[in-house]
Amino acid sequence: MSKAQILASPDEAVRVVKDGDTVLVGGFGFAGMPFDLIDALIRHGAGDLTIVSNNAGNGEVGLAALLKAGQVRKVVCSFPRQVDSYVFDDLYRRGEIELDVVPQGNLAERMRAAGAGIGAFYCPTGVGTPLAEGKETRTIDGRDYVLEYPIRGDVALITAHTADTMGNLVYRKTARNFGPVMATAAATTVVQVSSVVDAGQLDPEAVVTPGIYVDRVVKVEPRHYTVQGAR
Amino acid sequence: MPLDRDQLAARVAQDIAPGSFVNLGIGQPTKVADHLPAELGVVLHTENGMLGMGPAATGDEVDPDLTNAGKVPVTEMPGAAYFHHADSFAMMRGGHLDVCVMGAFQVSAGGDLANWDTGAPGSIPAVGGAMDLAIGAKQVYVMMTLFARDGSPKLVPACTYPLTGVGCVSRVYTDQAVFEITPDGVRVLESFDLSLDDLRTRLDIPLLPAPS
Repeated sequence: MSKAQILASPDEAVRVVKDGDTVLVGGFGFAGMPFDLIDALIRHGAGDLTIVSNNAGNGEVGLAALLKAGQVRKVVCSFPRQVDSYVFDDLYRRGEIELDVVPQGNLAERMRAAGAGIGAFYCPTGVGTPLAEGKETRTIDGRDYVLEYPIRGDVALITAHTADTMGNLVYRKTARNFGPVMATAAATTVVQVSSVVDAGQLDPEAVVTPGIYVDRVVKVEPRHYTVQGAR
Repeated sequence: MPLDRDQLAARVAQDIAPGSFVNLGIGQPTKVADHLPAELGVVLHTENGMLGMGPAATGDEVDPDLTNAGKVPVTEMPGAAYFHHADSFAMMRGGHLDVCVMGAFQVSAGGDLANWDTGAPGSIPAVGGAMDLAIGAKQVYVMMTLFARDGSPKLVPACTYPLTGVGCVSRVYTDQAVFEITPDGVRVLESFDLSLDDLRTRLDIPLLPAPS
């Protein structure tokens, strides 16, 4: 994998997404959601997408806007139903979108496995529940585990706070969430950041995602939203 | 008198040891934090990637990059740490979290937990971190009303709702009583309104008396 490219616009950055791709979308609710990359993906128009993200969109911006644009065939997530997930709820109830519910930790670990070259792993989460039905189980040292497979992305769209020109990333507070894991799990990782600095400006000890995982970087003006009705 | 929600949160907080690492679920369990004085040194974990979570943010403190698992803006305590999701759930599954407190639709006498999906037609299943917490935390405390709105008990011989975890609950804190799930059965540690005989009449499970 070659060195990260710093690109001029989100539109240029998301040009790698193709019809039918699996796209890992960072964010937890709105924190860390790559709004500019998603808006660019809507303009780009790639469809029949499988989206892997913690939620299935809030309000009508970000991921919800992508769903509303009709570009998504399937959502793989841990928590679709929220106070303001009406765009997804409506598509789901009309049978226009598929849903695969994955426990939040399994979602993260299955992407971690993809990025780390792990073929599959035994995990205790979900044993004896409907989400483990049909999956291989094994008892190890007296405890039951379920076999879980990696989740790979064709493209990851994530948010970080600062990138350097090597593609090294640092994040900000809980907006970090899935970013570092998704960056490892996709063939192409696209990152929107609030600032790009020269190589050498980031403390190497503080780098969270090393540039080897990062392909395309674009600087944007950060936009923030708050989930309405959160409690 | 049965406990109100605030009294119940205070009762749960009593059983959290100083210095514990604790995850409080979305909704009612969040209130437990109001009863954990700073001198206890309890460290709150939020599964979206933080240890050392502080109270909800107000006014100028609100930072969209800093929320809890319910997406509510929160604050950070001195000594807080941020980490990504795989680490956040590794510390859960790996047995590093002392206590989690969650709500429930039902808990079985054997400690099975049902709190993620009613299974009702048209319901949209959403599990979040509940299954990971259920099997990960060293102690799983459930906080709920003992009876549903229709009067049916929520502490039951076997859960009829889809399970979140098997045999994972250690204690059940309700408005009527505190129950401990033990290998010998369900023990009533404390009751607030109904007598042990009343509880035995209204629940379909055998109950052990509180240790004298």
